[in-house]
Amino acid sequence: MSFDARIWVVILTVGLGTYLIRWSFLGALGRRAIPAWATRALRYTAVGVLPAILAPLTLWPAATGGQPDPARLVAAAVTVLVGLVTRNVLSAILSGMASLFAMLWLLG
Amino acid sequence: MTRRSPISAPAAAGDAAALTPEQARVLARSPAQCLRHGVVQALPFVLVLVPFGMLFGVLANEAGLDLAQVLGFSVLVLAGASQFTALQLISDHAPLVIVILSALVVNLRMAMYSAALVPWLGGAAPRQKALLAYTLIDQTYALSVQHYEANPRLRLDQRLAYFFGTSISCCIPWFLASAVGFTLGRAIPESWALDFALPITFLAMIAPMLRSFAHVAAATVAVLASLAFSGLPSGLGVLLAAPLAMATGVAVEMLVEARKARRGAGA
Repeated sequence: MSFDARIWVVILTVGLGTYLIRWSFLGALGRRAIPAWATRALRYTAVGVLPAILAPLTLWPAATGGQPDPARLVAAAVTVLVGLVTRNVLSAILSGMASLFAMLWLLG
Repeated sequence: MTRRSPISAPAAAGDAAALTPEQARVLARSPAQCLRHGVVQALPFVLVLVPFGMLFGVLANEAGLDLAQVLGFSVLVLAGASQFTALQLISDHAPLVIVILSALVVNLRMAMYSAALVPWLGGAAPRQKALLAYTLIDQTYALSVQHYEANPRLRLDQRLAYFFGTSISCCIPWFLASAVGFTLGRAIPESWALDFALPITFLAMIAPMLRSFAHVAAATVAVLASLAFSGLPSGLGVLLAAPLAMATGVAVEMLVEARKARRGAGA
């Protein structure tokens, strides 16, 4: 399958699947209650998936050929700290990128 | 839920008298005014959604997507975290099934939102529910439920109008921002180390999610497991690590609750 076709398959299936997730209880399941174990598990989907994606990317970045990179590790730490303190996604991104550029410039 | 003061509970029986001036004002709004109210109350989120959407456009450009595909993601998927997830795994050349499953798992939390809205919006016409399901995102959900709980006597048409108001403010800027980001992305020089913008975005999204010890435990297991599984074909480690992390979160939450209950019983 070509690159373009692969992208469109992802867009259409994830789009349809996400829509069905959103529509599920409102549209079809009505007042049926979610089982307690499922409610619990759903609370941890995002903290289960996102850290698993980013941990290898952070520790072994592709840009440095998979070698741990001090500038990127510092930027990652700054991002998490600012995120924890401010609870604000945008300021965490901005301080993370700023510290990355600063570190690359210092170490460069 | 937790914000209701304990004093208001007995007053609820004769609640006509218990309305605050603010609640009375909200109840008197026409649906058009409710829609405008929703639009205005969601505006602060635009400040966050626009740069975030632009970043998606920039990184999608970097990953080799074209404008139609960027808009395809933002219009048809309309979910930031899963769009970034899909983009990252596509760039990693992960198998299609893994890209799709990972992006969908990130969105499973929305089933909770859907269930939580049933008591408030379950009476709407099927066509209206089909439309509101489309714009059910973190921000529209959070704002609307907060508004409904603060004003429990709103009519269904007022609730729907408010919801669609928040949808307009949240979704349209998201579409536009990703297209603008895509266009700007072409002008950004290679030397800008944008490879790391995506991990930073994920880190920034996770930090505010670490609300409880159970969330921290789940995230920690996700990190350790994904590093342990990193030898596996790309993306597969995520699909194995995520259920482990979720199980950890559930187990820790139940332990903490059990301990609290025991302490409560002892007191």
